[in-house]
Amino acid sequence: MNRIDHLFQNREQPVLSVYFTAGYPGRDDTREIILSLDAAGADMLEIGIPFSDPVADGPVIQDSSAIALRNGMSIGLLFRQLQGIRDETAIPLVLMGYVNPVLQYGMERFCADAKAAGIDGLIIPDLPVREYALHYKDIVEASGLHMIFLVTPATPADRLQEIDRLSRGFIYLVTAAGTTGGALSGSDEQQAYFEHIGRSGLTQPLVAGFGISNKQDFNRVCQYTRGAIVGSAFIRMLGAANTDLRGNIAEFVQAFR
Amino acid sequence: MQYTVDEYGYYGRFGGAFVPEILQANIAALKAAFRRYKDDPAFCAEFEQLLKDYVGRPSPLYRAQRLSDFYKTNIYLKREDLNHTGAHKINNTIGQILLAKRMGKTHVIAETGAGQHGVATATVCALMDIRCTVFMGATDIERQRPNVERMQLLGAAVEAVHSGSKTLKDAANEAIRYWIAHPADTHYIIGSVIGPDPYPEMVTHFQQVISREMRAQLKEKTGSELPAAVIACVGGGSNAAGAFYHFLDDADVALIAVEAAGRGISSGETAATIATGTEGIIHGSRTLLMQTADGQIVEPYSISAGLDYPGIGPLHAHLHISGRARFLAATDGQALDAAFRLMQLEGIIPALESAHALAALDQLSFGSQDHIVLCLSGRGDKDLAAYHTAAAERSAAAAFAYQHFSL
Repeated sequence: MNRIDHLFQNREQPVLSVYFTAGYPGRDDTREIILSLDAAGADMLEIGIPFSDPVADGPVIQDSSAIALRNGMSIGLLFRQLQGIRDETAIPLVLMGYVNPVLQYGMERFCADAKAAGIDGLIIPDLPVREYALHYKDIVEASGLHMIFLVTPATPADRLQEIDRLSRGFIYLVTAAGTTGGALSGSDEQQAYFEHIGRSGLTQPLVAGFGISNKQDFNRVCQYTRGAIVGSAFIRMLGAANTDLRGNIAEFVQAFR
Repeated sequence: MQYTVDEYGYYGRFGGAFVPEILQANIAALKAAFRRYKDDPAFCAEFEQLLKDYVGRPSPLYRAQRLSDFYKTNIYLKREDLNHTGAHKINNTIGQILLAKRMGKTHVIAETGAGQHGVATATVCALMDIRCTVFMGATDIERQRPNVERMQLLGAAVEAVHSGSKTLKDAANEAIRYWIAHPADTHYIIGSVIGPDPYPEMVTHFQQVISREMRAQLKEKTGSELPAAVIACVGGGSNAAGAFYHFLDDADVALIAVEAAGRGISSGETAATIATGTEGIIHGSRTLLMQTADGQIVEPYSISAGLDYPGIGPLHAHLHISGRARFLAATDGQALDAAFRLMQLEGIIPALESAHALAALDQLSFGSQDHIVLCLSGRGDKDLAAYHTAAAERSAAAAFAYQHFSL
């Protein structure tokens, strides 16, 4: 069974998913960050593949991507870093990256190498559902990876159903119009949006992301979803972390529990 | 027509709409509005009226006699440089602002490199009383002060972009990010035939007036609507798209696009996307682009800020792959040579972008009976500093050569 499915079938508490950019702050920190997050009690991880032009990201993830690229990070290197990771952890791992580097690597090769490295799912925010269904769905599904799509306040009802049909594992609920790293408004409008999505009869679990930076945000969105993703806040912490990376990460995760 | 766009915004295998989910609804609404209004009589009448009375169209087709004598052929310049705001960019911003108004948008954003598209956007926003924000790389703001001041005088807010390399592609990234955060009230006026569907088709539509006029003017001046060749510079490719459009199905008309080679195609400092690019996705469109083997986008270079873009419109990628258009490249130096020649022979100071199209004349040979149309896409007012520097360097080099080799 895919580890993402296993997680949502077995965990009753809200799922805490943490995003980090591969190759940041140091090129070879990837493994240490994964194992520390697992040890600290995070439930799922999203590993960001850095890109030169990340249009869906705010300044924090932009900066981490630029630094990771300067550090020499690439998809090939990431897969080498992940070799043998499944001997050490069973935490679900999702790769999140923009479509162009993935296509240059080659979708077929990317899926095969990701699967071999122990990856469970993919998020490609600028790959639209139509293109996916036409050209890539068969490749991704044959590899056993779960493709996860995003829904947003601007997603119309018919598209919502299409996204639910094509998504595997979970659906990424974007909390508000904006790039990553904003703040959670908690407005009535936002609450109405969460309730509307919740009532849409989706078959896949929902996990909220964008603007979730503390326990209060986490608890608020998890009233409507099965979990939430923390990204920019974690990257900010990594940027300021002292030499005790493992200790800093443990402290960060504990603050959400 | 094998060169038109399909229902999903594809020219052959290039195009599409690779944008985050949050913008899918926006571009769907834009596409619906474009479809609804592009042939709407009231919309077209307003558009044509503004092109005539406000922009000053039709722009003249000028037979450049001394330039023709120099190249021993017949050269006609399509004078987009005489348009209000000094370039072809205004054709597109007029079309899009009319669409934005009909869509009830209250805020317009744009990206700009050299500032020409930013000025054209600020201009139509002032005209239509719509709030305007122009994203511009911090590096470009320093390089293009006069255009920054023009935009500000016209009431636009110029937002300095500090991300990435702080130039055109980063300005486009930042405009997209702003649009993601403000999808409901904001319209994004993209300045070239790039970006997600429907932008390449829509911007081509608003620029096709260039070749429509060319055909009528050629008929009047030469007796035939069809020239031997049409030449235009290409960065994203909006003036070339406009200049080629009504000749696409006339196979006997050679379509020649000229990219900016910068310091040379193999120098590592170039903006020649067709010459050096590979297939990928940039700013929402599958096209040819300058990238590393890992799919990271490469920062381009050209003396011309308007051609300094690492991608190219999907229409042009298709015209290249299908062989319908021929793509040449001109270096900074070749463009400057061509610009100085036009100044001296015709008394016209071209934009550095258009100078690249002029440089193609040195790479091609035409018959004495051929009629050649060249799109002079913009005027050189914004480039005076670059021309001054180049002229000073050349006279210093000439003085040096005179001293050392002529004695």
